[in-house]
Amino acid sequence: MRQGTIQNKESFLNNIAEKLGRERKTSGVERPSYQKQPQWDIMADYTTDQLVDVLKEQCTAIHTDVRETNIDGLAAVIDNVMKEYGAEKASIWDDPRFVEYGLAPFVERPDVNIWGSAPDEDDIKITEQADVGITFSDYTLAESGTVVLMNGGGKGQSVSLLPTYYIALIPLSTIVPRMSQVNKKIHEEAKAGHRVPSCINFISGPSNSADIELNLVVGVHGPVRACYILIDDR
Amino acid sequence: MPMKIGERSFESRVNKGLDDSYMRETVREAQGRLHTNKAKAEEDLGQWEEWRTLSEEIRSHTLENLDFYLEQLSENVVKNGGHVFFAQTAEEANEYVKEVAAKKEANKIIKSKSMVTEEISMNDALERAGCEVIESDLGEYILQIDDHDPPSHIVAPALHKNKEQIRETFERLKGYDKTSKPEELTQFAREQLRQEFLEADIGITGCNFAVAESGSVALVTNEGNARLATTIPKTQISVMGMERIVPTWEELDVLVSMLCRSAVGQKLTSYVTGLSGPREEGDLDGPEEFHLVIVDNGRSNILGTAFQSALHCIRCAACINVCPIYRHVGGHSYGSIYPGPIGAVLSPLLEGYEDHKDLPYASSLCAACTDACPVKIPLHELLIEHRKVIAEKEKKTSIGERYAMKGFGLAASSPGLFQMAAKTAPYMLSPFSKDGFIEKGPGPLSGWTDVRSFPAPEKERFRDWFKNRKKEDS
Ligand code: SF4
Repeated sequence: MRQGTIQNKESFLNNIAEKLGRERKTSGVERPSYQKQPQWDIMADYTTDQLVDVLKEQCTAIHTDVRETNIDGLAAVIDNVMKEYGAEKASIWDDPRFVEYGLAPFVERPDVNIWGSAPDEDDIKITEQADVGITFSDYTLAESGTVVLMNGGGKGQSVSLLPTYYIALIPLSTIVPRMSQVNKKIHEEAKAGHRVPSCINFISGPSNSADIELNLVVGVHGPVRACYILIDDR
Repeated sequence: MPMKIGERSFESRVNKGLDDSYMRETVREAQGRLHTNKAKAEEDLGQWEEWRTLSEEIRSHTLENLDFYLEQLSENVVKNGGHVFFAQTAEEANEYVKEVAAKKEANKIIKSKSMVTEEISMNDALERAGCEVIESDLGEYILQIDDHDPPSHIVAPALHKNKEQIRETFERLKGYDKTSKPEELTQFAREQLRQEFLEADIGITGCNFAVAESGSVALVTNEGNARLATTIPKTQISVMGMERIVPTWEELDVLVSMLCRSAVGQKLTSYVTGLSGPREEGDLDGPEEFHLVIVDNGRSNILGTAFQSALHCIRCAACINVCPIYRHVGGHSYGSIYPGPIGAVLSPLLEGYEDHKDLPYASSLCAACTDACPVKIPLHELLIEHRKVIAEKEKKTSIGERYAMKGFGLAASSPGLFQMAAKTAPYMLSPFSKDGFIEKGPGPLSGWTDVRSFPAPEKERFRDWFKNRKKEDS
């Protein structure tokens, strides 16, 4: 593992301690046991079906298309969405779930690029030229309509970013109430001394901006349109 | 009745320039819309006061132990393979970034929105070193190509510009030939900037929150530009104000939830991105090199003072969006990149009272800001604190100012009067705007308008200020 460097740490932190009027603290700081923790009350006892309802409703607020299917119907739904969007070239993650969810024939199509399969680092270029990027969701947040992507290796962060459209494949088993549940998991990983993925995305719909007269424009630097395909894998 | 006077005054000001009147109108609308969105988001979330209590507790704990958490952060960044530079001053930060740019032989640098790099004039420093620096946030991009027009709002920086002005700018400087429809303007910016992203050698970002336990930087955006800036260029530099840190991902959840709701009324913005160092073995995108620059630039002088809670700020702009004074005068009048109540508190602390001693008086002390703040910073109390310090320091408090202090005491002790001050402020000011200056308003505001003419927004004035600031820098 490459090691990085730190510069000016001691003087900088000593100054902070001095301004705080005490000695430097280098250990022994514990987080307080917070008196209020309202985040855990939200949708605490919701069933998966209830969470799906919340998710679907939120998708209308974030300008995101939703399709529902099961594993058998998945390939056809992807086809339909791509047709509707006028998308031909796809870039997808190198992710075993594509095969597990019955998409082996889709993956083998010539106009589908699997991240990492292009020669000489051309994956970014090919993905930039793709009409649609397709990934699975690692966790899905009902409250905010968010897919969480733990990028790395075959799961390139470009796939959900560079193509014109984005399709997220969401197994219902990935749905949790909100960010709290996912961040708790990441916290536990970090606490156990594991490195967290170098890029974690929380994606809620297509890119947008309200910078011109506060008019919402959907589609800025990231994908201009997004579709969530909910897959009943129960 | 006040409404009508307000309208007439509005009409009479139209002649002073479309620019100004547009700004006033748009600020009023923007405030209204952003505030309504926030109110709805608060309601949807439920238990808003509990969330605020928790957020405040997180911020106080973190700031009280800032040295500990910054050390943890820096060690974890290094473990991930990144580099950390602690910069005491703006100059040190800029020098370091220039050094990295030189080492990488960087020509083109793409930036996503960052207030702290504005604060330290990093673009200027890099441009003088011969780099091309491109702002990629749509609002910032519009301002940058229009001869570095300064931002007027910390969340929507180009709020003071209308779409026709933007179309004209695009046409004049970028050969744009379509209409002033926001969709077409945005599409044009997307195409222009996509190419820049693909060619950029370095991506520079700010940092909404760093996470100590994993050496991560979290970026909260809607446009996707921060993602592009951290996916394609081979080198990433993130610049953070030293207070923008949380202990763990659990606190990140709480504060990101509060930031998105308070800033734009969204549950989460389209993109919340957690970045932990350079790409790992086997990754094919993301930066090969990662640098984190942690900036003090006057912040540590706030620690241990009555103003420490000002460092709890998560830059959501909620206080700006409810401020009756901001509504009337717009962002540029504050003469600082941090406008509104938080700007009035922060600017004198970061840059000294000399240039900003009027700001603490740019408030009706109505406390709407304090009520809006998701991390419970007692903004209006800090403004009073500033007035005390200034009064003490200068020992030349006029009778009017002393009256204003007393007047506030009276208003604060009587909720009815207090609320009236808040409600009437926006209307009361307008009829008294003369020659671009607000003079002698009656009622609750007279305390400070009696003794000081508060500058009404005027583009040139701010430009001058901005240029002078740049000159001093070089
Ligand atoms: S002071 Fe509070 S309300 Fe104002 S920007 Fe900061 S966090 Fe938001």
